[in-house]
Amino acid sequence: MRTLFIAILMCCVSAAASAAEGHGGPQMLRANVDLSNRESLQRGARLFVNYCVSCHSANYMRYNRVAADLGIPEDVVKANMMFATDKIGEPMRIAMKPADAEAWFGVVPPDLSVIARSRGPDWLVSFLNGFYLDPHKPTGVNNVYFPNTAMPHVLWEMQGLNRAVFETEEQSGTEVQVFQRFEQERPGLLDEASYMKATRDLVNFLTYVGEPAKLVRYTLGVKVLVFLFVLWIVAYALKREYWKDVH
Amino acid sequence: MNAITRQLTGLRDWVDDRFPLMALWNDHMARYYAPKNFNFWYYFGVFSLVAFVIQILTGIWLVMNYKPDADLAFASVEYIMRDVSWGWLIRYMHSTGASAFFIVVYLHMLRGMMYGSYKQPRELIWILGMLLYLCLMAEAFMGYLLPWGQMSYWGAQVIISLFGAIPVIGGTLTEWIRGDYVVSDITLNRFFSLHVVALPFAIAGLVLLHIIALHEVGSNNPDGVEIKKKKDANGVPLDGIPFHPYYSVKDFAGIIVFLMLFSAVMFFAPEMGGYFLEYNNFVPANPMQTPLHIAPVWYFTPYYSILRANTVNFFWIDAKLWGVIFMGLGVMAFFFLPWLDRSPVKSIRYRGPLYKTALWIFVVAFLILGYLGVKPVSEGRTLVAQICTVIYFLFFLLMPIYTKLDKTKPVPDRVTM
Repeated sequence: MRTLFIAILMCCVSAAASAAEGHGGPQMLRANVDLSNRESLQRGARLFVNYCVSCHSANYMRYNRVAADLGIPEDVVKANMMFATDKIGEPMRIAMKPADAEAWFGVVPPDLSVIARSRGPDWLVSFLNGFYLDPHKPTGVNNVYFPNTAMPHVLWEMQGLNRAVFETEEQSGTEVQVFQRFEQERPGLLDEASYMKATRDLVNFLTYVGEPAKLVRYTLGVKVLVFLFVLWIVAYALKREYWKDVH
Repeated sequence: MNAITRQLTGLRDWVDDRFPLMALWNDHMARYYAPKNFNFWYYFGVFSLVAFVIQILTGIWLVMNYKPDADLAFASVEYIMRDVSWGWLIRYMHSTGASAFFIVVYLHMLRGMMYGSYKQPRELIWILGMLLYLCLMAEAFMGYLLPWGQMSYWGAQVIISLFGAIPVIGGTLTEWIRGDYVVSDITLNRFFSLHVVALPFAIAGLVLLHIIALHEVGSNNPDGVEIKKKKDANGVPLDGIPFHPYYSVKDFAGIIVFLMLFSAVMFFAPEMGGYFLEYNNFVPANPMQTPLHIAPVWYFTPYYSILRANTVNFFWIDAKLWGVIFMGLGVMAFFFLPWLDRSPVKSIRYRGPLYKTALWIFVVAFLILGYLGVKPVSEGRTLVAQICTVIYFLFFLLMPIYTKLDKTKPVPDRVTM
């Protein structure tokens, strides 16, 4: 009985493991999310308001919550991170109208409040590092992780511009273009490692924005588990005491 | 006796003169004699009750801030997750609770199948339990629409459209369920009503009936021995012990272990790798954009696999309708277990190799079907799903034969510890 139970458990574990396998396409980059790194979150917040919030909203994230959670004084947030018309208790809205956005980009840029939860941090970091020059596109760039994305390479000044090298490979009878590597066309303000670090900061911040409760969830969880364990010791001792006379 | 005890006893007696307080307490707790040999598997009944209470309590608080409106629903869930004090915890309790409920209910059902708990005289307990399972599935399905994410929306769209496969009335039926031509605000509102009012009432009532029926005939046990057959001079079963205090203290310790596992998931992996909260459900519902891969939540996937395994048109009935028929039969088959099982013994301990083999093959097939249900279809997977579907139904169809042929062992007179 016990062995069978373990066998069933093992089945579940291996099923979960194979479910976690990635799908095709280029290898994802690692986001290395670390929400305990407050400096990284603050740098990410700065990048977010400077580069993203002109087109993308974070409609469920309030400025004063960011200020409180990341330890940024509210007047600093007001002076550096917000439009003058916004109030500190308001969420990160944008002024662009959806109809205009659709006319300019073809799609309405998605709200980024929970983007880290739907796409995953690794995908976001990969996407931000995946732009390459493509003259066929109206924005002049394309993305290896999100082919034909409507988003322009907003961070190009930081990263510079890359060419992508593809090789033609045959896969089950059809010829497909397989991404090999990037070659730098024009250097940016940051070198490769610094740009990667900056995008990781940004994704770290987006992960926080996706679930602000994550900052307290783990520590509360440990406390609850410790409490339950102590309670269990008492409960188990009580059970032992009562069951002494059952044979 | 001091003054306080005297007053409390007085109050109890006052109530007892007007309400069967002590009678209820004795019938269901202090003088309800449960077999003394319950093992690990006998925790899952009380765990199901705990899960139900968690869902009701957290549900009450969620409704205080949730908005059943297609334009506001998604945002109101995020509002709960961010701006409501402890809202994130209440929401995670509810979402983790849904999956936990199904885990313990599936294990509770497996317990019943291992120890023959559905057999005479407990057929009605089993049927009430199966009705509970049906209500739970409806409850979970309707609740899943409420966050109004892409998976909520398209999952509901796919499942409701299944009714469209029924000839003649199919189209009208799906419109009647949705109240619209597509899943819309109207659908959201009625699902909210059913999820929050109708089905919880039905479940609570059925739980009561399930327990009353159980306490009428008495609990089965891992030996499948009827403890009421051997009683002492006072009419107390020799192998029975009062539920309170023995099982109340034992269950209390067990519940804490359950809550520890529950908390471990809720605090450290509430998404459970995308199985408890699907990643795509963090994208607001968009009726104009069908996701590439629509997977139901894990607890429905065995039946979803059976549905998809039917790929052949047969007897002028098309494959989709066969899928729906088999999916329905797959759930309903459990109702007939008390009459399909012809074995003279209840417990797997005294059954022969045939039933043991059949049961474990069935369990493995059920798990494989569940696994395949979350994956996109491919030729190989469909073949495996078809094989498992056949195994699933053979388990029920052949049961009268293999349980009769099986070489059983002699059952002891008294329970073993």
